[in-house]
Amino acid sequence: MQVRRAGPSAILIELPGTEAVSAAYELLTGLRERGDLTAADIVPAARTVLLDGVPDPDRVFRLLPRDLTPAAEPDGQNTTITITTRYDGEDLDDVARLWGTDRAGVIAIHTGTAFRVAFCGFAPGFAYLTGLGPRHHVPRRPTPRTRVPAGTVALAGPYSGVYPTASPGGWQLIGRTRAALFDLDRDPPALLTPGATVRFVEEA
Amino acid sequence: MRALEIIRAGVRTTVQDLGRPGYAHLGVSRSGALDAGALRRANRLAGNPPGAAGLEITLGGLRARATGALTLALTGAPCPITVGRRPADPELPLAVPAGAVIEIGHATAGLRAYLAVGGGIAVPPVLGSRSTDTLSGLGPAPVRDGDVLPVGPVTAPPPGVDVAPHPPPPAALCLRVWFGPRDDWFTAAARHTLLSAEYRVSPQTDRVGARLTGPALDRAVDGELPSEGLVLGAIQVPADGQPLVFLADHPTTGGYPVIGVVDPSDVDRLGQARPGTPVRFSPAAAR
Repeated sequence: MQVRRAGPSAILIELPGTEAVSAAYELLTGLRERGDLTAADIVPAARTVLLDGVPDPDRVFRLLPRDLTPAAEPDGQNTTITITTRYDGEDLDDVARLWGTDRAGVIAIHTGTAFRVAFCGFAPGFAYLTGLGPRHHVPRRPTPRTRVPAGTVALAGPYSGVYPTASPGGWQLIGRTRAALFDLDRDPPALLTPGATVRFVEEA
Repeated sequence: MRALEIIRAGVRTTVQDLGRPGYAHLGVSRSGALDAGALRRANRLAGNPPGAAGLEITLGGLRARATGALTLALTGAPCPITVGRRPADPELPLAVPAGAVIEIGHATAGLRAYLAVGGGIAVPPVLGSRSTDTLSGLGPAPVRDGDVLPVGPVTAPPPGVDVAPHPPPPAALCLRVWFGPRDDWFTAAARHTLLSAEYRVSPQTDRVGARLTGPALDRAVDGELPSEGLVLGAIQVPADGQPLVFLADHPTTGGYPVIGVVDPSDVDRLGQARPGTPVRFSPAAAR
Protein backbone atom coordinates (compact mmCIF):
# COMPACT_ATOMS: atom_id res chain seq x y z
CA MET A 1 0.00 0.00 0.00
CA GLN A 2 1.30 3.41 -0.96
CA VAL A 3 -0.36 6.72 -0.15
CA ARG A 4 0.05 9.63 -2.55
CA ARG A 5 -0.99 13.25 -2.15
CA ALA A 6 -3.42 14.66 -4.76
CA GLY A 7 -3.46 18.37 -3.94
CA PRO A 8 -4.20 20.00 -0.58
CA SER A 9 -7.37 18.05 0.24
CA ALA A 10 -7.13 14.63 -1.38
CA ILE A 11 -5.08 11.45 -1.10
CA LEU A 12 -4.75 8.53 -3.46
CA ILE A 13 -4.23 5.14 -1.84
CA GLU A 14 -2.48 2.66 -4.11
CA LEU A 15 -3.27 -1.02 -3.57
CA PRO A 16 -2.00 -4.30 -5.00
CA GLY A 17 -5.17 -5.23 -6.90
CA THR A 18 -8.90 -5.09 -7.32
CA GLU A 19 -9.64 -7.34 -4.31
CA ALA A 20 -7.64 -5.03 -2.08
CA VAL A 21 -9.43 -2.02 -3.59
CA SER A 22 -12.83 -3.51 -2.74
CA ALA A 23 -11.72 -4.27 0.80
CA ALA A 24 -10.23 -0.81 1.29
CA TYR A 25 -13.33 0.86 -0.15
CA GLU A 26 -15.54 -1.07 2.26
CA LEU A 27 -13.29 -0.21 5.20
CA LEU A 28 -13.06 3.50 4.32
CA THR A 29 -16.80 3.95 3.71
CA GLY A 30 -17.35 2.19 7.05
CA LEU A 31 -14.98 4.62 8.80
CA ARG A 32 -16.87 7.51 7.23
CA GLU A 33 -20.27 6.13 8.28
CA ARG A 34 -19.02 5.87 11.87
CA GLY A 35 -17.77 9.44 11.76
CA ASP A 36 -14.07 8.49 12.01
CA LEU A 37 -13.23 9.84 8.54
CA THR A 38 -14.32 13.00 6.75
CA ALA A 39 -14.27 12.77 2.94
CA ALA A 40 -16.67 14.27 0.39
CA ASP A 41 -15.90 11.52 -2.13
CA ILE A 42 -14.44 8.03 -1.78
CA VAL A 43 -13.69 6.83 -5.30
CA PRO A 44 -12.51 3.27 -5.92
CA ALA A 45 -10.78 2.54 -9.24
CA ALA A 46 -8.68 -0.26 -10.75
CA ARG A 47 -5.76 -0.13 -8.28
CA THR A 48 -6.51 2.87 -6.12
CA VAL A 49 -9.00 4.50 -3.80
CA LEU A 50 -9.18 8.31 -3.93
CA LEU A 51 -10.28 10.25 -0.87
CA ASP A 52 -11.33 13.74 -1.98
CA GLY A 53 -12.63 16.61 0.10
CA VAL A 54 -10.51 15.63 3.09
CA PRO A 55 -10.00 18.57 5.49
CA ASP A 56 -6.75 17.23 6.93
CA PRO A 57 -5.00 14.68 4.69
CA ASP A 58 -2.09 14.33 7.12
CA ARG A 59 -4.47 13.14 9.81
CA VAL A 60 -5.88 10.54 7.41
CA PHE A 61 -2.33 9.33 6.69
CA ARG A 62 -2.03 8.54 10.42
CA LEU A 63 -5.53 7.09 10.63
CA LEU A 64 -5.06 4.53 7.86
CA PRO A 65 -4.24 1.03 9.01
CA ARG A 66 -0.83 -0.26 7.92
CA ASP A 67 -2.42 -3.01 5.91
CA LEU A 68 -5.71 -2.21 4.23
CA THR A 69 -5.98 -5.70 2.76
CA PRO A 70 -7.99 -8.05 4.94
CA ALA A 71 -6.99 -11.71 4.99
CA ALA A 72 -10.54 -12.92 4.39
CA GLU A 73 -12.69 -12.31 1.34
CA PRO A 74 -15.00 -9.32 1.77
CA ASP A 75 -18.20 -10.56 3.40
CA GLY A 76 -20.68 -12.22 1.08
CA GLN A 77 -23.67 -10.54 2.67
CA ASN A 78 -24.21 -8.27 -0.33
CA THR A 79 -27.33 -9.08 -2.24
CA THR A 80 -26.67 -10.24 -5.76
CA ILE A 81 -28.01 -8.04 -8.56
CA THR A 82 -29.33 -10.02 -11.52
CA ILE A 83 -29.18 -8.59 -15.02
CA THR A 84 -31.37 -10.35 -17.55
CA THR A 85 -29.58 -10.26 -20.88
CA ARG A 86 -30.39 -11.16 -24.46
CA TYR A 87 -27.11 -12.41 -25.89
CA ASP A 88 -27.23 -11.09 -29.46
CA GLY A 89 -24.39 -8.54 -29.52
CA GLU A 90 -22.60 -7.67 -32.75
CA ASP A 91 -19.26 -8.93 -31.43
CA LEU A 92 -20.51 -12.20 -29.92
CA ASP A 93 -18.86 -14.31 -32.64
CA ASP A 94 -15.57 -12.43 -32.30
CA VAL A 95 -15.59 -12.99 -28.54
CA ALA A 96 -16.38 -16.70 -29.09
CA ARG A 97 -13.37 -16.93 -31.42
CA LEU A 98 -11.12 -15.14 -28.88
CA TRP A 99 -12.30 -17.51 -26.16
CA GLY A 100 -12.00 -20.60 -28.40
CA THR A 101 -15.65 -21.50 -28.01
CA ASP A 102 -19.02 -20.87 -29.66
CA ARG A 103 -21.93 -18.53 -28.84
CA ALA A 104 -23.37 -20.95 -26.30
CA GLY A 105 -19.94 -21.21 -24.69
CA VAL A 106 -19.70 -17.42 -24.31
CA ILE A 107 -23.17 -17.30 -22.74
CA ALA A 108 -22.31 -20.14 -20.35
CA ILE A 109 -19.10 -18.43 -19.23
CA HIS A 110 -20.68 -14.97 -18.89
CA THR A 111 -23.76 -16.19 -17.01
CA GLY A 112 -21.60 -18.53 -14.92
CA THR A 113 -19.38 -15.77 -13.56
CA ALA A 114 -19.98 -14.05 -10.22
CA PHE A 115 -19.02 -10.48 -11.09
CA ARG A 116 -18.26 -7.72 -8.66
CA VAL A 117 -18.51 -3.96 -9.20
CA ALA A 118 -14.87 -2.90 -8.93
CA PHE A 119 -15.58 0.78 -9.63
CA CYS A 120 -17.70 3.19 -11.65
CA GLY A 121 -16.64 5.85 -14.14
CA PHE A 122 -16.84 6.90 -17.79
CA ALA A 123 -20.51 7.85 -17.35
CA PRO A 124 -22.98 7.98 -14.45
CA GLY A 125 -23.86 4.40 -13.54
CA PHE A 126 -21.21 2.76 -15.76
CA ALA A 127 -19.76 -0.02 -13.61
CA TYR A 128 -16.53 -1.90 -14.24
CA LEU A 129 -17.29 -5.53 -13.35
CA THR A 130 -14.47 -7.92 -12.51
CA GLY A 131 -14.64 -11.70 -12.21
CA LEU A 132 -13.66 -13.11 -15.61
CA GLY A 133 -10.43 -15.11 -15.50
CA PRO A 134 -7.35 -13.89 -17.40
CA ARG A 135 -8.10 -16.37 -20.20
CA HIS A 136 -11.31 -14.48 -20.91
CA HIS A 137 -9.93 -10.96 -21.05
CA VAL A 138 -10.50 -9.43 -24.51
CA PRO A 139 -8.99 -6.42 -26.30
CA ARG A 140 -11.02 -3.31 -27.13
CA ARG A 141 -12.27 -2.93 -30.72
CA PRO A 142 -9.54 -1.36 -32.89
CA THR A 143 -11.97 1.41 -33.87
CA PRO A 144 -14.54 2.54 -31.29
CA ARG A 145 -18.15 2.64 -32.41
CA THR A 146 -19.61 6.13 -32.57
CA ARG A 147 -22.80 5.00 -30.84
CA VAL A 148 -23.42 2.07 -28.52
CA PRO A 149 -27.09 1.87 -27.44
CA ALA A 150 -28.14 2.10 -23.79
CA GLY A 151 -28.37 -1.29 -22.11
CA THR A 152 -25.61 -2.89 -24.20
CA VAL A 153 -23.67 -5.58 -22.33
CA ALA A 154 -20.01 -5.50 -23.32
CA LEU A 155 -16.48 -6.67 -22.54
CA ALA A 156 -13.04 -5.02 -22.59
CA GLY A 157 -9.77 -6.00 -20.95
CA PRO A 158 -10.52 -7.67 -17.62
CA TYR A 159 -13.94 -6.00 -17.37
CA SER A 160 -17.55 -6.55 -18.28
CA GLY A 161 -19.94 -3.59 -18.28
CA VAL A 162 -23.35 -2.31 -19.30
CA TYR A 163 -23.75 1.05 -21.05
CA PRO A 164 -26.26 3.10 -18.94
CA THR A 165 -26.89 5.57 -21.77
CA ALA A 166 -26.11 5.63 -25.47
CA SER A 167 -22.52 6.74 -26.00
CA PRO A 168 -19.48 6.11 -28.18
CA GLY A 169 -17.59 3.02 -27.08
CA GLY A 170 -14.84 0.60 -28.01
CA TRP A 171 -15.91 -2.43 -26.00
CA GLN A 172 -16.90 -5.80 -27.52
CA LEU A 173 -20.68 -5.98 -27.59
CA ILE A 174 -22.18 -9.30 -26.53
CA GLY A 175 -25.79 -8.55 -25.58
CA ARG A 176 -28.36 -6.14 -24.24
CA THR A 177 -30.58 -5.70 -21.21
CA ARG A 178 -33.70 -3.71 -20.43
CA ALA A 179 -32.54 -3.04 -16.86
CA ALA A 180 -32.35 0.65 -15.90
CA LEU A 181 -28.69 1.14 -15.00
CA PHE A 182 -29.11 4.75 -13.86
CA ASP A 183 -32.43 6.06 -12.59
CA LEU A 184 -32.62 9.45 -10.89
CA ASP A 185 -35.80 8.43 -9.05
CA ARG A 186 -33.91 5.68 -7.23
CA ASP A 187 -31.56 6.01 -4.25
CA PRO A 188 -28.77 5.39 -5.09
CA PRO A 189 -29.49 6.20 -8.74
CA ALA A 190 -26.93 3.67 -9.98
CA LEU A 191 -28.12 0.04 -10.11
CA LEU A 192 -24.53 -1.19 -9.81
CA THR A 193 -22.60 0.37 -6.93
CA PRO A 194 -19.00 -0.40 -5.88
CA GLY A 195 -18.75 -3.72 -4.06
CA ALA A 196 -22.04 -5.16 -5.34
CA THR A 197 -22.17 -8.73 -6.66
CA VAL A 198 -23.67 -9.12 -10.13
CA ARG A 199 -24.89 -12.09 -12.15
CA PHE A 200 -26.09 -12.13 -15.73
CA VAL A 201 -28.91 -14.47 -16.71
CA GLU A 202 -29.99 -15.26 -20.24
CA GLU A 203 -33.39 -13.89 -21.24
CA ALA A 204 -35.78 -16.81 -21.66
CA MET B 1 -44.90 32.81 -10.34
CA ARG B 2 -41.88 35.04 -10.81
CA ALA B 3 -39.64 33.96 -13.62
CA LEU B 4 -36.87 35.06 -15.90
CA GLU B 5 -37.86 34.88 -19.57
CA ILE B 6 -34.83 34.31 -21.76
CA ILE B 7 -35.14 36.35 -24.94
CA ARG B 8 -31.62 35.60 -26.17
CA ALA B 9 -29.45 33.02 -24.41
CA GLY B 10 -26.09 33.97 -25.93
CA VAL B 11 -23.31 31.63 -27.00
CA ARG B 12 -23.47 29.28 -24.03
CA THR B 13 -25.55 29.81 -20.90
CA THR B 14 -26.18 27.16 -18.28
CA VAL B 15 -27.79 27.00 -14.87
CA GLN B 16 -25.13 26.42 -12.21
CA ASP B 17 -24.93 26.18 -8.45
CA LEU B 18 -22.07 24.76 -6.39
CA GLY B 19 -22.46 21.33 -8.01
CA ARG B 20 -23.14 17.79 -6.84
CA PRO B 21 -20.09 16.45 -4.97
CA GLY B 22 -20.37 13.09 -3.25
CA TYR B 23 -21.40 10.95 -6.23
CA ALA B 24 -18.01 10.40 -7.89
CA HIS B 25 -18.10 6.70 -6.86
CA LEU B 26 -21.17 6.34 -9.11
CA GLY B 27 -19.43 8.06 -12.04
CA VAL B 28 -21.17 11.41 -11.50
CA SER B 29 -19.03 14.55 -11.97
CA ARG B 30 -19.02 17.30 -9.35
CA SER B 31 -20.03 20.00 -11.89
CA GLY B 32 -21.07 23.45 -10.56
CA ALA B 33 -20.01 27.01 -11.41
CA LEU B 34 -16.54 27.22 -13.00
CA ASP B 35 -15.87 30.46 -11.12
CA ALA B 36 -17.52 29.42 -7.87
CA GLY B 37 -16.27 32.57 -6.12
CA ALA B 38 -18.10 34.78 -8.61
CA LEU B 39 -21.33 32.80 -8.19
CA ARG B 40 -21.09 33.06 -4.39
CA ARG B 41 -20.55 36.81 -4.70
CA ALA B 42 -23.55 37.18 -7.04
CA ASN B 43 -25.70 35.22 -4.59
CA ARG B 44 -24.57 37.34 -1.66
CA LEU B 45 -25.42 40.52 -3.57
CA ALA B 46 -28.85 39.14 -4.49
CA GLY B 47 -29.63 38.13 -0.89
CA ASN B 48 -29.34 34.38 -1.60
CA PRO B 49 -27.59 31.57 0.24
CA PRO B 50 -24.19 30.84 -1.40
CA GLY B 51 -25.38 27.66 -3.11
CA ALA B 52 -28.41 29.11 -4.91
CA ALA B 53 -28.56 28.44 -8.64
CA GLY B 54 -27.76 31.25 -11.06
CA LEU B 55 -26.82 31.58 -14.70
CA GLU B 56 -23.29 31.02 -15.99
CA ILE B 57 -23.13 33.16 -19.12
CA THR B 58 -20.16 32.44 -21.36
CA LEU B 59 -18.82 35.67 -22.91
CA GLY B 60 -21.99 37.60 -21.97
CA GLY B 61 -24.58 38.46 -24.61
CA LEU B 62 -27.81 37.54 -22.79
CA ARG B 63 -31.16 39.32 -22.94
CA ALA B 64 -33.99 38.46 -20.53
CA ARG B 65 -37.25 39.84 -19.16
CA ALA B 66 -38.36 39.78 -15.52
CA THR B 67 -41.99 38.63 -15.23
CA GLY B 68 -42.17 40.15 -11.75
CA ALA B 69 -40.06 42.49 -9.65
CA LEU B 70 -36.67 40.84 -9.10
CA THR B 71 -33.33 41.55 -7.49
CA LEU B 72 -30.42 40.66 -9.76
CA ALA B 73 -26.66 40.73 -9.42
CA LEU B 74 -24.09 40.22 -12.18
CA THR B 75 -20.51 39.18 -11.33
CA GLY B 76 -17.53 37.45 -12.91
CA ALA B 77 -16.38 38.42 -16.39
CA PRO B 78 -17.07 42.19 -16.63
CA CYS B 79 -19.97 42.90 -19.02
CA PRO B 80 -21.98 46.06 -19.68
CA ILE B 81 -25.53 45.69 -18.37
CA THR B 82 -28.71 47.69 -18.85
CA VAL B 83 -32.01 47.33 -17.02
CA GLY B 84 -34.93 48.79 -18.98
CA ARG B 85 -32.37 50.44 -21.32
CA ARG B 86 -30.71 52.27 -18.44
CA PRO B 87 -27.05 51.47 -17.76
CA ALA B 88 -26.68 49.54 -14.52
CA ASP B 89 -23.76 48.33 -12.44
CA PRO B 90 -22.33 44.84 -12.30
CA GLU B 91 -21.13 43.67 -8.88
CA LEU B 92 -24.03 45.45 -7.11
CA PRO B 93 -27.62 44.45 -6.27
CA LEU B 94 -30.00 45.63 -9.03
CA ALA B 95 -33.71 46.20 -8.42
CA VAL B 96 -35.53 45.17 -11.60
CA PRO B 97 -39.20 46.17 -11.98
CA ALA B 98 -41.75 43.72 -13.39
CA GLY B 99 -41.61 43.55 -17.17
CA ALA B 100 -38.19 45.20 -17.48
CA VAL B 101 -35.71 43.83 -20.00
CA ILE B 102 -32.17 43.10 -18.82
CA GLU B 103 -29.53 43.30 -21.50
CA ILE B 104 -26.07 41.92 -20.79
CA GLY B 105 -23.46 42.91 -23.37
CA HIS B 106 -20.33 41.07 -24.39
CA ALA B 107 -17.66 40.39 -21.79
CA THR B 108 -14.75 42.82 -22.05
CA ALA B 109 -12.42 40.41 -20.22
CA GLY B 110 -12.66 36.92 -18.77
CA LEU B 111 -14.99 34.20 -19.98
CA ARG B 112 -17.91 33.67 -17.64
CA ALA B 113 -20.36 36.09 -16.06
CA TYR B 114 -22.74 34.99 -13.28
CA LEU B 115 -26.27 36.29 -12.92
CA ALA B 116 -27.95 35.65 -9.58
CA VAL B 117 -31.66 36.26 -9.08
CA GLY B 118 -33.08 36.93 -5.61
CA GLY B 119 -34.70 33.59 -4.72
CA GLY B 120 -32.47 31.62 -7.09
CA ILE B 121 -33.26 29.86 -10.35
CA ALA B 122 -35.73 27.19 -9.22
CA VAL B 123 -35.48 24.47 -11.87
CA PRO B 124 -35.89 20.99 -10.32
CA PRO B 125 -32.68 19.76 -8.65
CA VAL B 126 -31.05 16.53 -9.84
CA LEU B 127 -29.11 14.65 -7.13
CA GLY B 128 -29.26 17.73 -4.94
CA SER B 129 -27.98 20.19 -7.54
CA ARG B 130 -29.40 22.38 -10.31
CA SER B 131 -26.12 22.42 -12.25
CA THR B 132 -25.93 21.47 -15.90
CA ASP B 133 -23.26 18.79 -16.23
CA THR B 134 -22.02 19.03 -19.81
CA LEU B 135 -20.05 15.78 -19.60
CA SER B 136 -22.82 13.43 -18.51
CA GLY B 137 -25.89 15.45 -19.45
CA LEU B 138 -27.30 15.50 -15.89
CA GLY B 139 -29.22 18.57 -14.73
CA PRO B 140 -31.15 21.07 -16.82
CA ALA B 141 -30.44 21.41 -20.54
CA PRO B 142 -28.33 24.43 -21.55
CA VAL B 143 -30.46 27.61 -21.57
CA ARG B 144 -32.06 28.41 -24.95
CA ASP B 145 -33.88 31.38 -26.44
CA GLY B 146 -37.47 31.39 -25.19
CA ASP B 147 -36.86 29.43 -21.98
CA VAL B 148 -38.81 30.60 -18.95
CA LEU B 149 -36.77 29.96 -15.82
CA PRO B 150 -38.74 29.84 -12.56
CA VAL B 151 -37.46 31.92 -9.65
CA GLY B 152 -37.75 30.69 -6.05
CA PRO B 153 -39.06 32.58 -3.03
CA VAL B 154 -36.86 35.36 -1.66
CA THR B 155 -35.31 34.40 1.67
CA ALA B 156 -33.43 37.58 2.58
CA PRO B 157 -33.16 41.17 1.39
CA PRO B 158 -30.10 42.11 -0.65
CA PRO B 159 -27.30 43.63 1.45
CA GLY B 160 -26.77 47.37 1.44
CA VAL B 161 -23.52 47.83 -0.46
CA ASP B 162 -21.96 50.73 -2.31
CA VAL B 163 -18.97 48.85 -3.63
CA ALA B 164 -18.23 45.13 -3.73
CA PRO B 165 -14.48 44.85 -4.33
CA HIS B 166 -13.39 42.19 -6.77
CA PRO B 167 -10.28 41.66 -8.88
CA PRO B 168 -10.65 41.84 -12.67
CA PRO B 169 -9.82 38.67 -14.63
CA PRO B 170 -6.02 38.62 -14.91
CA ALA B 171 -4.25 38.97 -18.25
CA ALA B 172 -1.76 36.28 -17.19
CA LEU B 173 -2.14 33.51 -14.64
CA CYS B 174 0.20 32.10 -12.06
CA LEU B 175 -1.30 28.92 -10.63
CA ARG B 176 -0.01 27.23 -7.50
CA VAL B 177 0.55 23.52 -8.13
CA TRP B 178 0.90 20.55 -5.79
CA PHE B 179 3.04 17.82 -7.34
CA GLY B 180 1.47 14.35 -7.41
CA PRO B 181 -0.12 11.93 -7.33
CA ARG B 182 1.82 10.68 -10.40
CA ASP B 183 4.70 13.14 -10.75
CA ASP B 184 7.06 10.15 -10.51
CA TRP B 185 5.75 9.05 -13.93
CA PHE B 186 7.53 12.08 -15.42
CA THR B 187 11.18 12.95 -15.92
CA ALA B 188 12.88 15.42 -13.58
CA ALA B 189 13.20 17.67 -16.63
CA ALA B 190 9.39 17.56 -17.10
CA ARG B 191 8.83 18.59 -13.47
CA HIS B 192 11.27 21.45 -13.96
CA THR B 193 9.57 22.45 -17.23
CA LEU B 194 6.17 22.59 -15.55
CA LEU B 195 7.49 25.12 -13.03
CA SER B 196 9.57 27.19 -15.45
CA ALA B 197 7.91 27.23 -18.88
CA GLU B 198 5.07 29.42 -20.05
CA TYR B 199 1.95 27.66 -21.26
CA ARG B 200 -1.04 29.16 -23.02
CA VAL B 201 -4.72 28.35 -22.67
CA SER B 202 -5.79 26.54 -25.85
CA PRO B 203 -9.04 27.31 -27.69
CA GLN B 204 -10.02 23.71 -26.82
CA THR B 205 -11.22 24.69 -23.39
CA ASP B 206 -14.64 23.94 -21.99
CA ARG B 207 -16.36 23.08 -18.72
CA VAL B 208 -14.56 19.71 -18.57
CA GLY B 209 -11.06 21.11 -18.70
CA ALA B 210 -8.61 23.74 -19.87
CA ARG B 211 -6.10 22.43 -22.37
CA LEU B 212 -2.74 24.15 -22.28
CA THR B 213 -0.15 24.35 -25.04
CA GLY B 214 3.58 24.66 -24.47
CA PRO B 215 6.64 22.45 -24.00
CA ALA B 216 5.67 18.77 -23.82
CA LEU B 217 6.03 17.05 -20.45
CA ASP B 218 8.03 13.87 -21.01
CA ARG B 219 7.24 10.63 -19.24
CA ALA B 220 9.78 8.63 -17.28
CA VAL B 221 7.45 5.61 -17.06
CA ASP B 222 5.95 4.18 -20.24
CA GLY B 223 2.92 2.00 -20.38
CA GLU B 224 -0.68 2.41 -19.37
CA LEU B 225 -1.93 3.73 -16.09
CA PRO B 226 -5.03 1.89 -14.86
CA SER B 227 -8.08 4.15 -14.31
CA GLU B 228 -7.95 6.16 -11.12
CA GLY B 229 -9.96 8.85 -9.36
CA LEU B 230 -9.48 12.48 -10.38
CA VAL B 231 -9.77 15.70 -8.36
CA LEU B 232 -10.72 19.22 -9.47
CA GLY B 233 -7.63 20.98 -10.81
CA ALA B 234 -5.80 17.74 -11.67
CA ILE B 235 -3.18 18.33 -14.39
CA GLN B 236 -3.52 15.25 -16.57
CA VAL B 237 -0.89 14.71 -19.23
CA PRO B 238 -2.03 12.65 -22.21
CA ALA B 239 0.32 10.94 -24.67
CA ASP B 240 1.14 14.17 -26.54
CA GLY B 241 2.65 15.69 -23.38
CA GLN B 242 0.37 18.77 -23.42
CA PRO B 243 -1.24 19.32 -20.00
CA LEU B 244 -4.98 19.46 -19.45
CA VAL B 245 -6.30 20.94 -16.20
CA PHE B 246 -9.63 19.48 -15.14
CA LEU B 247 -12.46 21.90 -14.30
CA ALA B 248 -15.90 21.33 -12.74
CA ASP B 249 -17.36 18.84 -15.26
CA HIS B 250 -14.27 16.61 -15.12
CA PRO B 251 -14.68 12.84 -15.34
CA THR B 252 -14.49 10.87 -12.09
CA THR B 253 -11.70 8.56 -13.26
CA GLY B 254 -8.99 8.88 -15.89
CA GLY B 255 -6.28 6.82 -17.51
CA TYR B 256 -3.40 9.28 -17.97
CA PRO B 257 -0.99 10.23 -15.20
CA VAL B 258 -1.65 13.39 -13.19
CA ILE B 259 1.63 15.28 -12.67
CA GLY B 260 0.15 17.77 -10.23
CA VAL B 261 -2.96 19.45 -8.89
CA VAL B 262 -3.75 23.16 -9.20
CA ASP B 263 -4.59 24.59 -5.78
CA PRO B 264 -8.43 24.73 -5.59
CA SER B 265 -8.31 28.43 -4.69
CA ASP B 266 -6.68 29.13 -8.09
CA VAL B 267 -9.06 27.04 -10.23
CA ASP B 268 -11.68 29.85 -10.44
CA ARG B 269 -9.19 32.09 -12.22
CA LEU B 270 -8.37 29.38 -14.74
CA GLY B 271 -12.12 29.11 -15.43
CA GLN B 272 -12.01 32.78 -16.46
CA ALA B 273 -8.94 32.50 -18.69
CA ARG B 274 -9.54 33.16 -22.37
CA PRO B 275 -7.74 31.12 -25.03
CA GLY B 276 -4.23 32.54 -25.45
CA THR B 277 -3.87 33.58 -21.79
CA PRO B 278 -0.31 32.86 -20.57
CA VAL B 279 -0.15 30.41 -17.66
CA ARG B 280 2.74 29.77 -15.31
CA PHE B 281 2.91 27.34 -12.42
CA SER B 282 4.57 27.87 -9.06
CA PRO B 283 5.01 25.33 -6.27
CA ALA B 284 2.19 25.35 -3.70
CA ALA B 285 4.25 23.50 -1.10
CA ALA B 286 7.49 21.61 -0.78
CA ARG B 287 7.22 17.93 -1.51
